[in-house]
Amino acid sequence: MMRFYLQKIVFYVVALWAAVTLNFLIPRLMPGNPVDVMIAKMGAAGQPVTPGTRHALEVELGGSGGSLLHQYGAYIVNLMHGNLGISLTDYPEKVTTVIGQALPWTIALVGLATIISFILGVGLGMLAGWKRGSWLDNLIPVTTMFQAVPYFWLALILVLVLTRVVPLFPYAGGYDVASTTPGLSLGFIGSAIYHGFLPALTIVISSIGGWMLGMRNMMVSTLSEDYIVTAEAKGLNPRRVRMTYAARNAVLPSLSGFAISLGFVVAGSIVTEQVFSYPGIGQLLFTAVSNDDYALMQGVFLVISLSVLAANLVVDVLYGLIDPRTRARS
Amino acid sequence: MASTLAADETAPAQASSGRRSIARLLPSRSPKLVVGLIIAGVIILWGIVGPLVVGDPHAISTNAFAPPGPAHWLGTTQTGEDVWTQVAYGTRGSLIIGFTVGILATVLSAFFGVLGAYLGGALDEGFALITNVALVIPGIPLVIVIGNYVPTNQRGLLLIALVLAITSWAGSARVLRAVTLSIRSRDYVAASRVSGEKTWRILVVEILPNLIPVMASQFVFAIIFAILGEAGLSFLGLGASNTFTLGTILFQAYNDLALTQGAWWWFVPPGLVIALFGAALSLINFSIDEIINPKLRNQTRSARKAWGLTDEQIRLLEKEDIK
Repeated sequence: MMRFYLQKIVFYVVALWAAVTLNFLIPRLMPGNPVDVMIAKMGAAGQPVTPGTRHALEVELGGSGGSLLHQYGAYIVNLMHGNLGISLTDYPEKVTTVIGQALPWTIALVGLATIISFILGVGLGMLAGWKRGSWLDNLIPVTTMFQAVPYFWLALILVLVLTRVVPLFPYAGGYDVASTTPGLSLGFIGSAIYHGFLPALTIVISSIGGWMLGMRNMMVSTLSEDYIVTAEAKGLNPRRVRMTYAARNAVLPSLSGFAISLGFVVAGSIVTEQVFSYPGIGQLLFTAVSNDDYALMQGVFLVISLSVLAANLVVDVLYGLIDPRTRARS
Repeated sequence: MASTLAADETAPAQASSGRRSIARLLPSRSPKLVVGLIIAGVIILWGIVGPLVVGDPHAISTNAFAPPGPAHWLGTTQTGEDVWTQVAYGTRGSLIIGFTVGILATVLSAFFGVLGAYLGGALDEGFALITNVALVIPGIPLVIVIGNYVPTNQRGLLLIALVLAITSWAGSARVLRAVTLSIRSRDYVAASRVSGEKTWRILVVEILPNLIPVMASQFVFAIIFAILGEAGLSFLGLGASNTFTLGTILFQAYNDLALTQGAWWWFVPPGLVIALFGAALSLINFSIDEIINPKLRNQTRSARKAWGLTDEQIRLLEKEDIK
């Protein structure tokens, strides 16, 4: 029991360290100096480049200024103080403030869409596995096809059909900027849901197939276990056998896959947000990338890594509670 | 008399068993597999032959935003380029990325998954930790960040493929580790160890053949992942420079306002090719899954029809299933 939690703690500490260190190392390990890259880009864009600019960039990106170890120490200290630097895009706003404005949008959109997709997918997969060969079961290859569809392409199609051909939904943004202001008002929340519907639909359509297939296959495997036969032989209510005996055990791998899939969903939604001009983290990352806002870019990457890590932690804790075997085995 | 009869019966069985054992390893010829192989085959063939047949993908003309017609099968772009020609080149580019990443990711996952699990001890703990950490580091954001730091002229195809591979091997490695752990404790592996077989021989001859179906399915999945990932990167304008993929077409279409112009023929076909290819590979994966897990096989209504059962019998079987 102690060993189980100890292993988990070691894993999260190492993962956290890896994410933080990766964030530090990437700009320093890349071929070519990021400062040179940026100055070249600024020159190409016709911005004035003075020796002062170069120095400012070097300080910001760590091109010079002490040994690597020294820079690393300074970076960790800054991080501990919650200091991620100043954003160039929203100068002179702090990176943490800019990210703080975008993060709730993405968490609400991606989080809700993923949970809806998970519940729907697992539920349908359970039914498909229970009734082998039914129409639902035959539908599964079709839904997995949606998985192979690029998120953003599906988003483009949805935009074309549901905002251009049939103007049902708004095309861009997170809420109606003209008539509502962000806050806890009914009008704003309604507007946010209305604007978030298409992006959420994109995520649900393209991720539901995986849940269905996984759950269906696990259900099929579980149903051939001896304890299911025993339960049936005892004459238990089929619904009870399905839910309490089969589904409860079959859902475990899907649950542990939930955290892993979150990385994919976040990745997919980065590009999707771009299509919908949704004011979330993905859009922010793209803005940072296209404006060469390195501080913001690093900050966003760090926040995305930490969010995925946090989601993993939640699932891990839940999993330990739901499946006692994971605690006992180690 | 009886003995010769018995011998006659066993002889052909023995002769065919060698062939049958190979046949058993291959996917059973289900309709899923056939459809998957045909679609994937056509797209791969088109990716190889297409660019040789069609003209220059960047040849511009005055015929901008022309809808599909006899002159341009899939219409034209904003600058009058032929979409059909572009899709042929884009398919080739995407396939090259897909297969490169597929191979790299499979090699990486085999190294971390199989080697660690077989040798055990601290190495295994270390490899498992690396795998799990790599699993939670979000791949695409990492690729985006790395892609942006590398100067455009150095951002070649191999670099993008390498980065995509580095961010996609971990899931497969974890599965391979679990499978290897269960295989390595089986009796026949212990027996070959006792009989003095070398470690590499046990790994390659005794263990690896059992992993081939799993790895094949992972290879197929890695190709889908890579093509999707690369398309996303190119769509953001961060793909490999000097390459032309399906994502590049989508990027150009989106940025040249194909959406507001209603030029669906510009961005629907490239995505459709990705979707079809991905679906074909998933179908192939289904068949591979059915080899790994025979419980998933042969239990659908259509399969039972193929056994020559009557409707009445099928209904009875289904009733039994539901019970």
